[in-house]
Amino acid sequence: MHGLAFTFRQDAPIPLEVDGRCAPGELLALVGPSGSGKTTILRSIAGLYRPASGRVAINGEVWQDTASRTFVRTWQRRVGLVPQNYALFPHMTARANVAASLGDLPTSRRASRATELLSLVNLEGLEDRRPAELSGGQQQRVAVARALARDPKVLLLDEPFSAVDKGTRSRLYQELAGIRSRLLMPIVLVTHDLDEALMLADNMCLLQRGRILQHGKPLDLLHRPATVEAARLVGQRNIFPARVVGHDAARGLTRLDWRERPLDVAHQPQWAPGTDVAWLIPSSKIVLHAPKEPPREDSDNLVAGTVASHVVLGSTTITTIAFDGRETRTLQIDVPTLAAERNRLGVGQRVSLSLLASAIHLMPAARPRSPAP
Amino acid sequence: MDWPALWLSLKLGMLTVLILLPLGVLAGRWLAYSRMRGKVLIEAVVALPLVLPPTVFGYYLMVAFGGGSPIGQVWQATFGHQLVFTFEGLLLASVIFNIPFAIQPTQRSFEAIPPEVREAASCCGMTPWQSLLRVELPLAWPGVLTAMVLSFAHTLGEFGIVLMVGGSIPGETKTVAISIYDRVQAFDDAGAAQMSALLLVISLVAITLTFAASRRIGRRLG
Repeated sequence: MHGLAFTFRQDAPIPLEVDGRCAPGELLALVGPSGSGKTTILRSIAGLYRPASGRVAINGEVWQDTASRTFVRTWQRRVGLVPQNYALFPHMTARANVAASLGDLPTSRRASRATELLSLVNLEGLEDRRPAELSGGQQQRVAVARALARDPKVLLLDEPFSAVDKGTRSRLYQELAGIRSRLLMPIVLVTHDLDEALMLADNMCLLQRGRILQHGKPLDLLHRPATVEAARLVGQRNIFPARVVGHDAARGLTRLDWRERPLDVAHQPQWAPGTDVAWLIPSSKIVLHAPKEPPREDSDNLVAGTVASHVVLGSTTITTIAFDGRETRTLQIDVPTLAAERNRLGVGQRVSLSLLASAIHLMPAARPRSPAP
Repeated sequence: MDWPALWLSLKLGMLTVLILLPLGVLAGRWLAYSRMRGKVLIEAVVALPLVLPPTVFGYYLMVAFGGGSPIGQVWQATFGHQLVFTFEGLLLASVIFNIPFAIQPTQRSFEAIPPEVREAASCCGMTPWQSLLRVELPLAWPGVLTAMVLSFAHTLGEFGIVLMVGGSIPGETKTVAISIYDRVQAFDDAGAAQMSALLLVISLVAITLTFAASRRIGRRLG
Protein backbone atom coordinates (compact mmCIF):
# COMPACT_ATOMS: atom_id res chain seq x y z
CA MET A 1 0.00 0.00 0.00
CA HIS A 2 1.53 3.28 -1.03
CA GLY A 3 0.71 6.51 0.69
CA LEU A 4 -0.83 7.29 4.04
CA ALA A 5 -3.82 5.53 5.60
CA PHE A 6 -5.29 6.41 8.97
CA THR A 7 -8.19 5.40 11.16
CA PHE A 8 -8.98 6.97 14.52
CA ARG A 9 -11.78 6.10 16.95
CA GLN A 10 -12.37 7.68 20.32
CA ASP A 11 -15.33 8.88 22.37
CA ALA A 12 -13.61 11.24 24.81
CA PRO A 13 -12.10 13.70 25.54
CA ILE A 14 -12.13 14.66 21.86
CA PRO A 15 -14.60 12.54 19.89
CA LEU A 16 -13.06 11.05 16.75
CA GLU A 17 -14.44 8.76 14.10
CA VAL A 18 -12.41 9.20 10.97
CA ASP A 19 -10.80 7.17 8.21
CA GLY A 20 -8.67 8.68 5.52
CA ARG A 21 -6.02 8.02 2.97
CA CYS A 22 -3.68 10.15 0.98
CA ALA A 23 -1.63 8.95 -1.99
CA PRO A 24 2.00 9.96 -2.60
CA GLY A 25 2.09 13.42 -4.15
CA GLU A 26 -1.52 14.07 -3.23
CA LEU A 27 -2.60 16.97 -1.05
CA LEU A 28 -5.46 16.12 1.27
CA ALA A 29 -7.16 19.03 3.03
CA LEU A 30 -8.89 18.51 6.38
CA VAL A 31 -11.46 21.26 6.52
CA GLY A 32 -13.84 22.09 9.32
CA PRO A 33 -14.78 24.64 11.94
CA SER A 34 -12.72 24.96 15.11
CA GLY A 35 -13.32 22.02 17.38
CA SER A 36 -14.00 19.67 14.48
CA GLY A 37 -10.93 17.60 15.36
CA LYS A 38 -8.82 18.42 12.33
CA THR A 39 -5.70 19.38 14.26
CA THR A 40 -6.11 16.36 16.53
CA ILE A 41 -6.08 14.12 13.44
CA LEU A 42 -2.88 15.75 12.24
CA ARG A 43 -1.27 15.38 15.67
CA SER A 44 -2.35 11.75 15.80
CA ILE A 45 -0.68 11.06 12.45
CA ALA A 46 2.50 12.60 13.86
CA GLY A 47 2.23 10.60 17.08
CA LEU A 48 1.94 13.75 19.19
CA TYR A 49 -1.51 12.63 20.26
CA ARG A 50 -2.55 9.08 20.97
CA PRO A 51 -6.24 8.37 20.37
CA ALA A 52 -7.85 5.53 22.30
CA SER A 53 -8.05 3.44 19.16
CA GLY A 54 -6.37 3.93 15.86
CA ARG A 55 -4.14 2.80 13.05
CA VAL A 56 -1.65 4.80 11.01
CA ALA A 57 0.29 3.24 8.17
CA ILE A 58 2.57 4.85 5.64
CA ASN A 59 3.84 2.96 2.58
CA GLY A 60 3.13 -0.29 4.40
CA GLU A 61 5.01 0.75 7.56
CA VAL A 62 2.76 0.73 10.61
CA TRP A 63 3.19 3.72 12.95
CA GLN A 64 0.27 2.99 15.17
CA ASP A 65 -2.02 0.05 15.58
CA THR A 66 -3.92 -0.28 18.83
CA ALA A 67 -4.98 -3.82 17.83
CA SER A 68 -1.36 -5.03 17.86
CA ARG A 69 -0.23 -2.46 20.47
CA THR A 70 2.13 -0.83 18.03
CA PHE A 71 3.04 2.78 18.69
CA VAL A 72 6.06 4.36 17.05
CA ARG A 73 7.22 7.49 18.89
CA THR A 74 7.16 10.79 17.05
CA TRP A 75 10.94 11.07 16.83
CA GLN A 76 11.10 7.67 15.19
CA ARG A 77 8.42 8.52 12.61
CA ARG A 78 9.63 10.39 9.59
CA VAL A 79 7.09 13.20 9.67
CA GLY A 80 7.55 16.75 8.51
CA LEU A 81 5.29 19.04 10.52
CA VAL A 82 4.69 22.73 9.95
CA PRO A 83 2.83 23.81 13.09
CA GLN A 84 0.36 26.67 13.16
CA ASN A 85 2.78 29.14 14.73
CA TYR A 86 5.82 27.46 13.15
CA ALA A 87 7.36 26.66 16.57
CA LEU A 88 10.87 27.48 15.39
CA PHE A 89 13.67 27.05 17.92
CA PRO A 90 14.11 30.68 19.04
CA HIS A 91 17.75 30.27 20.14
CA MET A 92 18.91 28.93 16.79
CA THR A 93 19.58 30.60 13.46
CA ALA A 94 17.46 29.71 10.45
CA ARG A 95 20.22 27.38 9.27
CA ALA A 96 20.51 25.68 12.67
CA ASN A 97 16.74 25.27 12.81
CA VAL A 98 16.81 23.37 9.54
CA ALA A 99 19.96 21.45 10.49
CA ALA A 100 18.19 20.32 13.68
CA SER A 101 16.12 18.02 11.47
CA LEU A 102 19.18 16.59 9.74
CA GLY A 103 20.28 14.32 12.58
CA ASP A 104 20.69 11.38 10.20
CA LEU A 105 23.27 13.19 8.09
CA PRO A 106 26.97 13.29 9.03
CA THR A 107 27.68 16.52 10.95
CA SER A 108 29.90 17.87 8.18
CA ARG A 109 27.09 17.70 5.61
CA ARG A 110 24.35 19.30 7.73
CA ALA A 111 25.13 22.98 7.29
CA SER A 112 25.42 22.78 3.52
CA ARG A 113 22.24 20.70 3.20
CA ALA A 114 20.40 23.21 5.43
CA THR A 115 21.57 26.06 3.21
CA GLU A 116 20.35 24.14 0.16
CA LEU A 117 16.90 23.64 1.69
CA LEU A 118 16.68 27.30 2.69
CA SER A 119 17.35 28.31 -0.88
CA LEU A 120 14.60 25.92 -2.01
CA VAL A 121 12.18 28.07 0.01
CA ASN A 122 13.75 31.30 -1.27
CA LEU A 123 15.59 32.31 1.88
CA GLU A 124 19.10 32.77 0.51
CA GLY A 125 21.03 35.28 2.55
CA LEU A 126 18.91 34.95 5.68
CA GLU A 127 20.53 31.74 6.95
CA ASP A 128 22.15 33.39 9.97
CA ARG A 129 19.09 35.22 11.24
CA ARG A 130 17.25 34.07 14.31
CA PRO A 131 13.46 33.57 14.12
CA ALA A 132 12.83 36.86 15.96
CA GLU A 133 14.63 38.66 13.13
CA LEU A 134 12.44 37.13 10.41
CA SER A 135 8.99 38.15 9.17
CA GLY A 136 6.01 35.82 9.54
CA GLY A 137 6.28 34.64 5.94
CA GLN A 138 10.01 34.01 6.30
CA GLN A 139 9.44 32.07 9.52
CA GLN A 140 6.88 29.93 7.71
CA ARG A 141 9.43 29.16 5.00
CA VAL A 142 12.02 28.14 7.61
CA ALA A 143 9.42 25.84 9.16
CA VAL A 144 8.71 24.29 5.74
CA ALA A 145 12.45 23.82 5.09
CA ARG A 146 12.88 22.27 8.52
CA ALA A 147 9.99 19.87 7.88
CA LEU A 148 11.44 18.87 4.49
CA ALA A 149 14.90 18.40 6.03
CA ARG A 150 13.55 15.43 7.94
CA ASP A 151 13.13 13.72 4.55
CA PRO A 152 9.60 12.96 5.68
CA LYS A 153 7.35 10.17 4.52
CA VAL A 154 4.41 12.49 5.03
CA LEU A 155 4.23 16.27 5.21
CA LEU A 156 1.76 17.73 7.70
CA LEU A 157 0.71 21.37 7.47
CA ASP A 158 -1.34 22.80 10.35
CA GLU A 159 -2.98 26.04 9.19
CA PRO A 160 0.39 27.18 7.86
CA PHE A 161 -1.00 30.30 6.25
CA SER A 162 -3.16 31.63 9.07
CA ALA A 163 -0.47 33.74 10.76
CA VAL A 164 0.64 35.78 7.74
CA ASP A 165 -0.93 38.77 6.02
CA LYS A 166 -2.98 38.40 2.86
CA GLY A 167 -0.29 39.46 0.38
CA THR A 168 2.31 37.12 1.85
CA ARG A 169 -0.24 34.36 1.89
CA SER A 170 -0.89 34.37 -1.82
CA ARG A 171 2.88 34.36 -2.46
CA LEU A 172 3.27 31.40 -0.09
CA TYR A 173 0.45 29.55 -1.90
CA GLN A 174 2.34 29.87 -5.14
CA GLU A 175 5.57 28.74 -3.50
CA LEU A 176 3.90 25.71 -1.96
CA ALA A 177 2.39 24.81 -5.31
CA GLY A 178 5.88 25.12 -6.82
CA ILE A 179 7.57 22.95 -4.18
CA ARG A 180 4.77 20.41 -4.32
CA SER A 181 5.51 19.32 -7.84
CA ARG A 182 8.91 18.12 -6.58
CA LEU A 183 7.59 16.26 -3.56
CA LEU A 184 6.51 12.67 -3.89
CA MET A 185 4.96 12.25 -0.49
CA PRO A 186 1.43 12.54 0.84
CA ILE A 187 0.67 16.02 2.14
CA VAL A 188 -2.05 16.67 4.70
CA LEU A 189 -3.19 20.27 5.14
CA VAL A 190 -5.39 21.41 8.01
CA THR A 191 -7.36 24.55 7.32
CA HIS A 192 -10.62 26.25 8.17
CA ASP A 193 -10.38 28.27 4.99
CA LEU A 194 -12.40 26.71 2.20
CA ASP A 195 -10.84 28.86 -0.50
CA GLU A 196 -7.43 27.64 0.59
CA ALA A 197 -8.57 24.04 0.23
CA LEU A 198 -10.11 24.77 -3.18
CA MET A 199 -6.86 26.29 -4.37
CA LEU A 200 -4.40 23.74 -3.04
CA ALA A 201 -6.07 20.41 -2.38
CA ASP A 202 -6.59 17.39 -4.62
CA ASN A 203 -8.97 15.87 -2.11
CA MET A 204 -10.75 17.20 0.87
CA CYS A 205 -12.35 15.83 4.04
CA LEU A 206 -15.09 17.95 5.51
CA LEU A 207 -15.08 17.47 9.28
CA GLN A 208 -17.61 18.24 11.96
CA ARG A 209 -17.33 17.22 15.63
CA GLY A 210 -14.64 14.64 14.92
CA ARG A 211 -16.47 12.95 12.04
CA ILE A 212 -16.05 13.12 8.31
CA LEU A 213 -19.21 14.58 6.82
CA GLN A 214 -18.00 14.20 3.27
CA HIS A 215 -14.88 13.31 1.37
CA GLY A 216 -14.11 14.14 -2.25
CA LYS A 217 -12.78 16.65 -4.74
CA PRO A 218 -12.98 20.17 -3.35
CA LEU A 219 -15.18 21.54 -6.15
CA ASP A 220 -17.57 18.58 -5.88
CA LEU A 221 -17.86 19.21 -2.17
CA LEU A 222 -18.56 22.86 -2.77
CA HIS A 223 -21.18 22.42 -5.48
CA ARG A 224 -22.57 19.02 -4.60
CA PRO A 225 -22.52 18.60 -0.82
CA ALA A 226 -24.13 15.35 0.28
CA THR A 227 -26.15 16.80 3.14
CA VAL A 228 -27.58 20.10 4.25
CA GLU A 229 -25.09 20.10 7.14
CA ALA A 230 -22.17 19.75 4.71
CA ALA A 231 -23.68 22.40 2.46
CA ARG A 232 -23.82 24.89 5.33
CA LEU A 233 -20.20 24.09 6.29
CA VAL A 234 -18.97 24.80 2.78
CA GLY A 235 -20.73 28.14 2.98
CA GLN A 236 -23.81 27.50 0.83
CA ARG A 237 -26.44 29.99 1.94
CA ASN A 238 -29.33 29.31 -0.40
CA ILE A 239 -30.90 26.04 0.67
CA PHE A 240 -34.65 25.45 0.40
CA PRO A 241 -37.04 22.52 0.93
CA ALA A 242 -39.08 21.02 -1.94
CA ARG A 243 -40.68 17.77 -3.14
CA VAL A 244 -39.77 15.81 -6.27
CA VAL A 245 -42.63 15.77 -8.80
CA GLY A 246 -41.13 13.84 -11.69
CA HIS A 247 -38.32 13.46 -14.19
CA ASP A 248 -38.06 14.46 -17.83
CA ALA A 249 -35.08 12.54 -19.14
CA ALA A 250 -35.57 13.84 -22.68
CA ARG A 251 -35.10 17.47 -21.60
CA GLY A 252 -32.57 16.51 -18.93
CA LEU A 253 -34.69 17.93 -16.15
CA THR A 254 -36.17 17.00 -12.83
CA ARG A 255 -39.27 18.88 -11.78
CA LEU A 256 -39.77 19.95 -8.15
CA ASP A 257 -42.65 21.39 -6.25
CA TRP A 258 -41.17 24.27 -4.27
CA ARG A 259 -43.86 25.60 -1.96
CA GLU A 260 -46.50 25.24 -4.68
CA ARG A 261 -44.22 26.72 -7.28
CA PRO A 262 -42.75 24.56 -10.06
CA LEU A 263 -38.95 24.44 -10.21
CA ASP A 264 -36.84 22.80 -12.93
CA VAL A 265 -33.48 21.42 -11.87
CA ALA A 266 -30.71 19.36 -13.49
CA HIS A 267 -31.78 15.76 -14.10
CA GLN A 268 -31.17 13.82 -10.86
CA PRO A 269 -33.19 10.60 -11.32
CA GLN A 270 -31.94 9.03 -8.08
CA TRP A 271 -34.68 10.95 -6.25
CA ALA A 272 -38.03 9.15 -6.60
CA PRO A 273 -41.11 11.29 -7.26
CA GLY A 274 -42.77 12.23 -3.98
CA THR A 275 -39.48 12.42 -2.05
CA ASP A 276 -38.91 15.42 0.17
CA VAL A 277 -35.59 17.02 -0.70
CA ALA A 278 -33.51 20.10 0.00
CA TRP A 279 -32.09 22.01 -2.94
CA LEU A 280 -29.32 24.50 -3.16
CA ILE A 281 -28.10 26.97 -5.69
CA PRO A 282 -24.66 28.62 -5.50
CA SER A 283 -25.04 32.39 -5.44
CA SER A 284 -22.92 32.65 -8.57
CA LYS A 285 -25.62 30.79 -10.55
CA ILE A 286 -28.42 33.20 -9.80
CA VAL A 287 -29.14 35.84 -12.41
CA LEU A 288 -30.54 39.09 -11.08
CA HIS A 289 -32.40 40.80 -13.92
CA ALA A 290 -31.92 44.52 -14.34
CA PRO A 291 -35.27 46.33 -13.98
CA LYS A 292 -34.85 48.01 -17.38
CA GLU A 293 -34.22 44.76 -19.23
CA PRO A 294 -37.08 42.34 -18.64
CA PRO A 295 -36.01 38.69 -18.64
CA ARG A 296 -36.50 36.55 -21.71
CA GLU A 297 -39.50 34.27 -21.67
CA ASP A 298 -37.35 31.13 -21.82
CA SER A 299 -35.17 32.03 -18.79
CA ASP A 300 -34.72 29.25 -16.22
CA ASN A 301 -36.96 29.31 -13.17
CA LEU A 302 -38.08 32.89 -13.23
CA VAL A 303 -39.09 34.07 -9.76
CA ALA A 304 -40.03 37.44 -8.32
CA GLY A 305 -39.37 39.00 -4.96
CA THR A 306 -38.54 42.08 -2.93
CA VAL A 307 -35.16 43.26 -1.63
CA ALA A 308 -35.30 42.71 2.13
CA SER A 309 -31.84 43.91 3.09
CA HIS A 310 -28.83 45.35 1.45
CA VAL A 311 -25.38 45.34 3.11
CA VAL A 312 -22.45 46.99 1.35
CA LEU A 313 -19.16 45.22 2.11
CA GLY A 314 -16.63 47.11 0.05
CA SER A 315 -16.78 46.07 -3.58
CA THR A 316 -19.49 43.47 -2.89
CA THR A 317 -23.01 44.05 -1.69
CA ILE A 318 -24.86 41.24 0.03
CA THR A 319 -28.48 41.45 -1.02
CA THR A 320 -31.24 39.46 0.66
CA ILE A 321 -34.41 38.81 -1.30
CA ALA A 322 -37.80 37.76 0.06
CA PHE A 323 -39.81 35.70 -2.44
CA ASP A 324 -43.38 36.29 -3.42
CA GLY A 325 -45.59 33.34 -2.52
CA ARG A 326 -45.33 30.81 0.26
CA GLU A 327 -41.53 30.48 0.64
CA THR A 328 -40.62 32.32 3.84
CA ARG A 329 -36.86 31.72 3.66
CA THR A 330 -34.88 34.43 2.01
CA LEU A 331 -32.24 34.16 -0.70
CA GLN A 332 -28.82 35.79 -0.50
CA ILE A 333 -26.74 36.93 -3.43
CA ASP A 334 -23.50 38.85 -3.76
CA VAL A 335 -23.93 41.74 -6.17
CA PRO A 336 -20.97 43.88 -7.27
CA THR A 337 -21.49 47.18 -5.45
CA LEU A 338 -21.08 49.10 -8.70
CA ALA A 339 -23.89 47.11 -10.38
CA ALA A 340 -26.09 47.53 -7.31
CA GLU A 341 -25.62 51.29 -7.44
CA ARG A 342 -26.21 51.49 -11.18
CA ASN A 343 -29.52 49.62 -10.84
CA ARG A 344 -30.44 51.61 -7.72
CA LEU A 345 -30.90 48.39 -5.79
CA GLY A 346 -32.41 49.20 -2.41
CA VAL A 347 -34.62 47.78 0.30
CA GLY A 348 -38.19 47.34 -0.83
CA GLN A 349 -37.40 47.26 -4.52
CA ARG A 350 -39.12 44.62 -6.68
CA VAL A 351 -36.73 42.27 -8.48
CA SER A 352 -36.89 39.24 -10.74
CA LEU A 353 -34.37 36.44 -10.74
CA SER A 354 -33.50 33.36 -12.75
CA LEU A 355 -32.27 30.28 -10.93
CA LEU A 356 -30.10 28.32 -13.38
CA ALA A 357 -31.59 24.83 -13.50
CA SER A 358 -28.29 23.12 -14.30
CA ALA A 359 -26.70 24.47 -11.10
CA ILE A 360 -29.41 23.35 -8.70
CA HIS A 361 -28.28 20.41 -6.58
CA LEU A 362 -30.55 18.13 -4.55
CA MET A 363 -29.86 16.69 -1.10
CA PRO A 364 -31.89 14.69 1.42
CA ALA A 365 -34.37 16.92 3.20
CA ALA A 366 -32.91 18.51 6.31
CA ARG A 367 -33.90 16.46 9.31
CA PRO A 368 -36.33 18.41 11.42
CA ARG A 369 -34.56 19.67 14.50
CA SER A 370 -35.33 17.46 17.45
CA PRO A 371 -37.85 19.18 19.72
CA ALA A 372 -36.36 20.79 22.79
CA PRO A 373 -36.60 18.51 25.82
CA MET B 1 37.78 36.41 60.06
CA ASP B 2 36.94 32.75 60.49
CA TRP B 3 38.50 31.38 57.30
CA PRO B 4 37.82 27.68 58.02
CA ALA B 5 34.12 28.48 58.51
CA LEU B 6 34.00 30.48 55.30
CA TRP B 7 35.75 27.73 53.35
CA LEU B 8 33.38 25.15 54.87
CA SER B 9 30.36 27.22 53.82
CA LEU B 10 31.65 27.65 50.27
CA LYS B 11 32.42 23.93 49.99
CA LEU B 12 28.99 23.05 51.34
CA GLY B 13 27.31 25.47 48.93
CA MET B 14 29.18 24.21 45.89
CA LEU B 15 28.62 20.53 46.65
CA THR B 16 24.94 21.20 47.33
CA VAL B 17 24.59 22.94 43.96
CA LEU B 18 26.47 20.15 42.20
CA ILE B 19 24.14 17.51 43.61
CA LEU B 20 21.00 19.59 43.06
CA LEU B 21 21.78 20.60 39.46
CA PRO B 22 20.81 17.31 37.76
CA LEU B 23 18.10 16.65 40.34
CA GLY B 24 16.56 20.10 39.88
CA VAL B 25 16.61 19.86 36.10
CA LEU B 26 15.05 16.41 35.93
CA ALA B 27 12.49 16.97 38.69
CA GLY B 28 11.64 20.50 37.52
CA ARG B 29 11.19 19.32 33.96
CA TRP B 30 9.06 16.40 35.05
CA LEU B 31 6.85 18.62 37.20
CA ALA B 32 6.57 21.13 34.36
CA TYR B 33 5.35 18.60 31.78
CA SER B 34 3.57 16.00 33.87
CA ARG B 35 -0.19 15.87 33.85
CA MET B 36 -0.32 13.34 36.66
CA ARG B 37 -3.17 13.65 39.14
CA GLY B 38 -1.16 13.77 42.35
CA LYS B 39 1.14 16.44 40.98
CA VAL B 40 -0.16 19.20 43.24
CA LEU B 41 0.65 17.10 46.32
CA ILE B 42 4.21 16.58 45.10
CA GLU B 43 4.52 20.31 44.46
CA ALA B 44 3.31 20.98 48.00
CA VAL B 45 5.92 18.60 49.46
CA VAL B 46 8.62 20.27 47.34
CA ALA B 47 7.58 23.68 48.69
CA LEU B 48 7.33 22.52 52.31
CA PRO B 49 10.87 23.63 53.36
CA LEU B 50 9.85 27.19 52.42
CA VAL B 51 7.13 27.39 55.05
CA LEU B 52 8.40 25.08 57.77
CA PRO B 53 10.32 26.89 60.57
CA PRO B 54 14.01 25.96 60.13
CA THR B 55 14.25 24.65 63.68
CA VAL B 56 11.27 22.35 63.11
CA PHE B 57 12.69 21.16 59.83
CA GLY B 58 16.12 20.74 61.42
CA TYR B 59 14.63 18.79 64.30
CA TYR B 60 12.98 16.28 61.93
CA LEU B 61 16.17 15.92 59.91
CA MET B 62 18.15 15.36 63.10
CA VAL B 63 15.72 12.63 64.18
CA ALA B 64 15.72 11.13 60.68
CA PHE B 65 19.52 11.04 60.49
CA GLY B 66 20.04 10.00 64.11
CA GLY B 67 21.37 6.65 65.31
CA GLY B 68 17.84 5.47 66.13
CA SER B 69 16.51 5.93 62.58
CA PRO B 70 16.85 3.51 59.65
CA ILE B 71 18.84 6.09 57.65
CA GLY B 72 21.20 6.69 60.56
CA GLN B 73 21.68 2.95 61.15
CA VAL B 74 22.38 2.18 57.49
CA TRP B 75 24.90 5.03 57.42
CA GLN B 76 26.55 3.84 60.62
CA ALA B 77 26.78 0.27 59.29
CA THR B 78 28.20 1.40 55.93
CA PHE B 79 30.65 4.11 56.94
CA GLY B 80 31.38 3.24 60.54
CA HIS B 81 30.39 6.61 61.98
CA GLN B 82 27.16 8.45 62.63
CA LEU B 83 25.49 10.81 60.16
CA VAL B 84 24.42 13.65 62.46
CA PHE B 85 27.05 16.20 63.45
CA THR B 86 29.19 15.34 60.40
CA PHE B 87 29.85 17.24 57.18
CA GLU B 88 28.09 14.51 55.14
CA GLY B 89 25.00 14.82 57.29
CA LEU B 90 25.11 18.58 56.91
CA LEU B 91 25.44 18.22 53.12
CA LEU B 92 22.47 15.85 52.97
CA ALA B 93 20.40 18.27 55.06
CA SER B 94 21.50 21.15 52.86
CA VAL B 95 20.45 19.29 49.71
CA ILE B 96 17.04 18.58 51.22
CA PHE B 97 16.30 22.08 52.50
CA ASN B 98 17.33 23.58 49.15
CA ILE B 99 14.97 21.42 47.11
CA PRO B 100 12.35 24.16 46.61
CA PHE B 101 15.02 26.68 45.56
CA ALA B 102 16.47 24.23 43.05
CA ILE B 103 13.22 22.90 41.61
CA GLN B 104 10.77 25.80 41.50
CA PRO B 105 12.65 28.24 39.21
CA THR B 106 13.66 25.33 36.98
CA GLN B 107 10.08 24.11 36.75
CA ARG B 108 8.83 27.60 35.86
CA SER B 109 11.40 27.97 33.10
CA PHE B 110 10.52 24.59 31.57
CA GLU B 111 6.84 25.53 31.79
CA ALA B 112 7.60 28.65 29.79
CA ILE B 113 8.77 26.63 26.77
CA PRO B 114 5.82 26.43 24.34
CA PRO B 115 4.68 22.79 23.99
CA GLU B 116 4.75 23.22 20.19
CA VAL B 117 8.48 23.87 20.35
CA ARG B 118 9.07 20.61 22.21
CA GLU B 119 6.80 18.82 19.75
CA ALA B 120 8.73 20.35 16.88
CA ALA B 121 11.93 18.95 18.39
CA SER B 122 10.47 15.47 18.41
CA CYS B 123 9.17 15.89 14.84
CA CYS B 124 12.76 16.81 13.92
CA GLY B 125 13.75 13.34 15.07
CA MET B 126 15.25 14.36 18.42
CA THR B 127 14.98 11.85 21.25
CA PRO B 128 13.82 13.28 24.60
CA TRP B 129 17.49 13.54 25.69
CA GLN B 130 18.53 15.36 22.53
CA SER B 131 15.54 17.63 22.90
CA LEU B 132 16.55 18.41 26.50
CA LEU B 133 20.15 19.21 25.61
CA ARG B 134 19.66 21.02 22.31
CA VAL B 135 16.32 22.78 22.70
CA GLU B 136 14.95 22.81 26.24
CA LEU B 137 18.06 23.56 28.34
CA PRO B 138 19.23 26.37 26.03
CA LEU B 139 15.79 27.94 26.50
CA ALA B 140 15.40 27.16 30.20
CA TRP B 141 18.90 27.91 31.44
CA PRO B 142 18.16 31.29 33.04
CA GLY B 143 15.76 29.46 35.37
CA VAL B 144 18.30 26.72 36.03
CA LEU B 145 20.98 29.32 36.78
CA THR B 146 18.63 31.19 39.12
CA ALA B 147 17.89 27.93 40.91
CA MET B 148 21.58 27.19 41.40
CA VAL B 149 22.43 30.69 42.62
CA LEU B 150 19.51 30.71 45.04
CA SER B 151 20.50 27.32 46.41
CA PHE B 152 24.09 28.45 46.86
CA ALA B 153 23.19 31.72 48.56
CA HIS B 154 20.63 30.02 50.74
CA THR B 155 23.19 27.42 51.84
CA LEU B 156 25.59 30.14 52.92
CA GLY B 157 22.90 31.80 54.99
CA GLU B 158 21.03 28.89 56.57
CA PHE B 159 21.34 28.85 60.35
CA GLY B 160 18.65 26.93 62.22
CA ILE B 161 18.85 23.67 60.32
CA VAL B 162 22.65 23.71 60.27
CA LEU B 163 22.76 24.14 64.01
CA MET B 164 20.24 21.35 64.64
CA VAL B 165 21.77 18.79 62.26
CA GLY B 166 25.42 19.76 62.34
CA GLY B 167 26.00 21.27 65.73
CA SER B 168 28.87 23.69 65.59
CA ILE B 169 32.00 21.61 65.19
CA PRO B 170 34.84 23.77 63.85
CA GLY B 171 36.15 22.56 60.49
CA GLU B 172 33.38 19.95 60.24
CA THR B 173 29.99 21.63 60.57
CA LYS B 174 30.65 25.18 61.74
CA THR B 175 29.52 27.35 58.81
CA VAL B 176 30.09 31.04 58.39
CA ALA B 177 26.54 31.90 59.47
CA ILE B 178 27.07 30.11 62.76
CA SER B 179 30.47 31.67 63.11
CA ILE B 180 28.92 35.14 62.81
CA TYR B 181 26.48 34.26 65.57
CA ASP B 182 29.37 33.01 67.72
CA ARG B 183 31.29 36.26 67.16
CA VAL B 184 28.28 38.29 68.26
CA GLN B 185 27.85 36.09 71.32
CA ALA B 186 31.50 36.71 72.13
CA PHE B 187 31.06 40.48 71.74
CA ASP B 188 33.47 40.43 68.76
CA ASP B 189 31.49 42.99 66.75
CA ALA B 190 34.35 43.69 64.35
CA GLY B 191 34.68 40.01 63.40
CA ALA B 192 30.92 39.67 62.91
CA ALA B 193 30.81 42.83 60.82
CA GLN B 194 33.65 41.65 58.56
CA MET B 195 32.07 38.29 57.84
CA SER B 196 28.60 39.75 57.43
CA ALA B 197 29.92 42.26 54.91
CA LEU B 198 31.65 39.49 52.97
CA LEU B 199 28.44 37.40 52.84
CA LEU B 200 26.53 40.47 51.72
CA VAL B 201 28.95 41.07 48.86
CA ILE B 202 28.96 37.42 47.74
CA SER B 203 25.15 37.32 47.71
CA LEU B 204 24.83 40.60 45.84
CA VAL B 205 27.36 39.59 43.19
CA ALA B 206 25.68 36.20 42.68
CA ILE B 207 22.21 37.70 42.27
CA THR B 208 23.47 40.47 39.95
CA LEU B 209 25.22 37.94 37.71
CA THR B 210 22.04 35.87 37.49
CA PHE B 211 19.92 38.86 36.57
CA ALA B 212 22.42 40.01 33.96
CA ALA B 213 22.57 36.55 32.40
CA SER B 214 18.78 36.21 32.28
CA ARG B 215 18.41 39.61 30.69
CA ARG B 216 21.03 38.81 28.07
CA ILE B 217 19.27 35.63 26.98
CA GLY B 218 15.93 37.44 27.06
CA ARG B 219 17.30 39.97 24.58
CA ARG B 220 18.79 37.29 22.39
CA LEU B 221 15.46 35.48 22.04
CA GLY B 222 13.49 38.75 21.82
